Amino acid sequence: MCIDCGCAGPDPHHHHDEPQLGKTVRIEEDLLAKNDRLAAGNRRLFDGHGLFVLNLVSSPGSGKTTILEKTLGDLKKKLAFAVLEGDQQTSNDADRIAATGVPSHQINTGAGCHLDAHMVGHGVEHLDLAGTDILMIENVGNLVCPASFDLGEDFKVSVLSVTEGEDKPLKYPQMFRASDVLLINKIDLLPHLRFDLEKCKEYARRIHPGIRILEISCYSGEGLEPWYQWLCEQVARKKAAQGK
Amino acid sequence: MHELGIAQSIVEIAEKNARQQGAKRVLTVTVEVGVLAGVLPEALEFCFDACCRETLLEGSRLRIQQIPARARCRDCHQEYELKSFFDNCPACDSTVGDQLSGEELRIKEMEID
Ligand SMILES: Nc1nc2c(ncn2[C@@H]2O[C@H](COP(=O)(O)OP(=O)(O)OP(=O)(O)O)[C@@H](O)[C@H]2O)c(=O)[nH]1
Ligand SMILES: [Mg+2]
Ligand SMILES: [Zn+2]
Repeated sequence: MCIDCGCAGPDPHHHHDEPQLGKTVRIEEDLLAKNDRLAAGNRRLFDGHGLFVLNLVSSPGSGKTTILEKTLGDLKKKLAFAVLEGDQQTSNDADRIAATGVPSHQINTGAGCHLDAHMVGHGVEHLDLAGTDILMIENVGNLVCPASFDLGEDFKVSVLSVTEGEDKPLKYPQMFRASDVLLINKIDLLPHLRFDLEKCKEYARRIHPGIRILEISCYSGEGLEPWYQWLCEQVARKKAAQGK
Repeated sequence: MHELGIAQSIVEIAEKNARQQGAKRVLTVTVEVGVLAGVLPEALEFCFDACCRETLLEGSRLRIQQIPARARCRDCHQEYELKSFFDNCPACDSTVGDQLSGEELRIKEMEID
């Protein structure tokens, strides 16, 4: 084992014993500091508007866009929404959101596997935040990378669909630890699967004891009411906190 | 593959500091990466080499120091190594521990010429 970097064996691109003649400069800077700084800027902007912001994270296809479509359709008369859509390619999701009539903007990350605070800061320039109660940010489908990048949101919401298996919280602990809410989606499919719902919840709580877990189906509508209620409460709380 | 973004930050920070020092080039950069930081050392090295091109870091070497994850048990105060976020205390099997290290992601120092 290489003691410098922990790599497993001899490797041609390692030359740890090569003499160096350079001068050593100490830096001590956090590598996520820049993102964290920009995220703090976004948060100040959102707070200034009394705007409640969620960052939706999940593996590809667990239903983030469908949850948004359903939520916007059911609540848009009650709350003023705006949506930021993050995808590596295409504007498919943004087109689906646009069809609901809610203002949205698409961020294509290209090779990037996650949204970062810089992209979101520019993304919201395309939206009218002053007239908005709640901003939903759909992150790139990926259970790993988005966990490390604060966007300035109030909460991360993880979506896990029952077709993915109940062990995902243990396999991707960073994500579930960073999330305040877990939506277990597609519960209409449970009769066809061997998905252990109780185990899934136990795993999620093992990683994150305080996590709020809601079981939903966008197809049957089951479980959506508590989700909507939570959204309305949080929007009211945020406005009250900012004296709006 | 957020290692690409991390590698870009390393190059950015190192280059800024190297310019301030009036360096001709950067020879090595040392970073500390916690074992639970969610970063793959091999991927980071790979991306680093790509990001160094046409900068003061061209041809430089990345040294990755892995930081073990440790926690202290809230019940018996024993310190122990964490292999994952949800390890119980090996002494008393308690599930509650305070993490002390293991999520570092920091550029530490560099050698310049
Ligand atoms: N059975 C069932 N299918 C669902 C449900 N919600 C979403 N789906 C289906 O799951 C598939 C993926 O849904 P999307 O909403 O596109 O998933 P996504 O998370 O936005 O995907 P990416 O943006 O590509 O990461 C679609 O075919 C949806 O119709 C549900 O509650 N039940
Ligand atoms: Mg989507
Ligand atoms: Zn103990």
